[in-house]
Amino acid sequence: MIKLSDINKTYYTEATSLHVLKGVDLLIESGDYVSIMGASGSGKSTLLNILGMLDNYDTGDYYLNNILIKNLSERQAAKYRNEMIGFVFQSFNLINFKNALENVALPLYYRKISRKKRNIIAMEYLDKMGLKDWAYHLPSEMSGGQKQRVAIARAIISEPKILLADEPTGALDSKTTEEVMQLLTDLNKGGITTIIVTHEKSVADATKKVIHIKDGMIESIESNHNYPLTTNH
Amino acid sequence: MFDLDKFQEIWITITHNKSRSVMTAFGIFWGMFMLVVMVGTGIALERGISSQIEGFATNSCFIWTDRTSLPYKGFRKGRQWNMENKDLQILKSTVPEIQYMAPMIFAGNTNNNVTRNDKAGSYHIKGNLPAYNLIDNQKLIFGRYINDVDIAEKRKVCVIGERVYEVLFPHGEDPIGKSIQVRGIYFQVIGVTRSNANINIGGDSMESVILPFSTMQQVFNMGNSIHFMAITAQPGVKVSEVEKKVYAALKTANNISPDDPTAVGGMNMEDQFTMFLYLGIGISSLIWIVGLGTLFAGAVGVSNIMLVTVRERTREIGIRRALGATPRVIVSQILTESVVLTLMAGTAGLMFGVGILSLAGKLLENSTGILKDPQIGFGVGIGALLILLIIGTLAGFIPANRAMKIKPIEAIREE
Repeated sequence: MIKLSDINKTYYTEATSLHVLKGVDLLIESGDYVSIMGASGSGKSTLLNILGMLDNYDTGDYYLNNILIKNLSERQAAKYRNEMIGFVFQSFNLINFKNALENVALPLYYRKISRKKRNIIAMEYLDKMGLKDWAYHLPSEMSGGQKQRVAIARAIISEPKILLADEPTGALDSKTTEEVMQLLTDLNKGGITTIIVTHEKSVADATKKVIHIKDGMIESIESNHNYPLTTNH
Repeated sequence: MFDLDKFQEIWITITHNKSRSVMTAFGIFWGMFMLVVMVGTGIALERGISSQIEGFATNSCFIWTDRTSLPYKGFRKGRQWNMENKDLQILKSTVPEIQYMAPMIFAGNTNNNVTRNDKAGSYHIKGNLPAYNLIDNQKLIFGRYINDVDIAEKRKVCVIGERVYEVLFPHGEDPIGKSIQVRGIYFQVIGVTRSNANINIGGDSMESVILPFSTMQQVFNMGNSIHFMAITAQPGVKVSEVEKKVYAALKTANNISPDDPTAVGGMNMEDQFTMFLYLGIGISSLIWIVGLGTLFAGAVGVSNIMLVTVRERTREIGIRRALGATPRVIVSQILTESVVLTLMAGTAGLMFGVGILSLAGKLLENSTGILKDPQIGFGVGIGALLILLIIGTLAGFIPANRAMKIKPIEAIREE
């Protein structure tokens, strides 16, 4: 599904350069449930951005679904992002003047699906998240957990192959964190390849595989023997 | 390419950010409103001015005589002279480009020169030919104008101005066939005129008594003198050309030096109309320059606010990009937002302006001032909307370009 070989990425500022990723090789199979852990500045978010085609890399090769993702035009990147990848962010990144339903339906708008149809689909996904009653509420009227569930609905509405989550629980309390992780786990069981960037042990414990990244290099990949995590409810 | 779905998406963005949209649109609204009001006022001014000269032949010129200023053929300079009846024949044969010729003679408005029974007034006495009515068209509220038979038979008839009628006759009385005394001689009233144009020759036509030209020469012992002449040119001939030929012919016939600058005086309506025309063009171009300037200022305002907006919306745009919006879609969204805002605000300004104009039109309905019927044409309205469309696109261009350069990663970077 995902194959990275010798990925290098350097950020240049006027005075200095920062070598963020130093020859990353990585293989992620279809249906994998992976977390990426590392200290702040280790390059984990950069890696995720490259995986999500939000950022370019300097050298190396990145194959997604056997397609070489390299030097894409903005248009091509936008198309692939829309078709293959769902994003979940720490701060949810909902559009604040759109209600939950409109936010969830947005990816389908860019896929040129008619308004009526995409609103029906969006409502289904909101229903799956248990948020049907909140469809016409603005993000500002919802709790953090609800907002993140809206964001997850938006991420999966286009039925992507991969779900990329950047600190999805960073802004949530522990109880909500548990609920959101359960949701992501269920989605993964449904077949979607899920990659979560986190620095929380409890989040990493919920995934099948943990990738430790340090100073721009992969330090270790360990299988999580505790998976599936038994939750106490 | 109208895309309802895209429009709805934009509509949501506009309506969910009301105060921002209203702020953005106000400049355009105001600019359009000012443009409409100014253009309407300009048109009213033009209409007002042209109503002042309504009914007056535009291809006419007027000729009078004055002392000579050069000695010629044995005559000393400073000689007083008059045009005479023979000059009419000479002009007719030497200047074929003349269409109508209307010689006039005047007797001043000496004290109470016109009387009827116990009523009296001081009015301008003029002797005219029927042709005068073809040059300065008179509206007749009673009876008829002087005709050829009146001239040929030297009838003692007169046409009086409306104000003369009001003074000499009780309200509502039919004056036709009644007699009035002009300088002690009885004349029968055959018509009452109301002048169309605000141009008057030999005194206000509303306060004039017009006699047949031939009658007046005879009754008041004026010999063959002509005091004043109104001439129109044949269709297709410039009146200024005719005027020159008439000057030359008159000078030759009356032993005046061809170079004499003062002996023949005149004025031609062509110059006056050209002046009005240029005045009109000047006013309307000034209005358009100022109006378009105001609109342009509004557009700069829209552009500016949209630039700020784009910065403010960096995150939103980044999210849209991450969810699959191509740069082109973003550009088209910002451009369309700009155009929709501009068009809506512009249409509102247009309608508000037209409303104000029609209100002003109602108030000015019965005024005789220089403002008349302020309105803008349908074509002007459509043109203004087209201009708005262009302005809206231009205004959206810089912000759209800025928005296009937003990378999704910059936008969604955690703060």
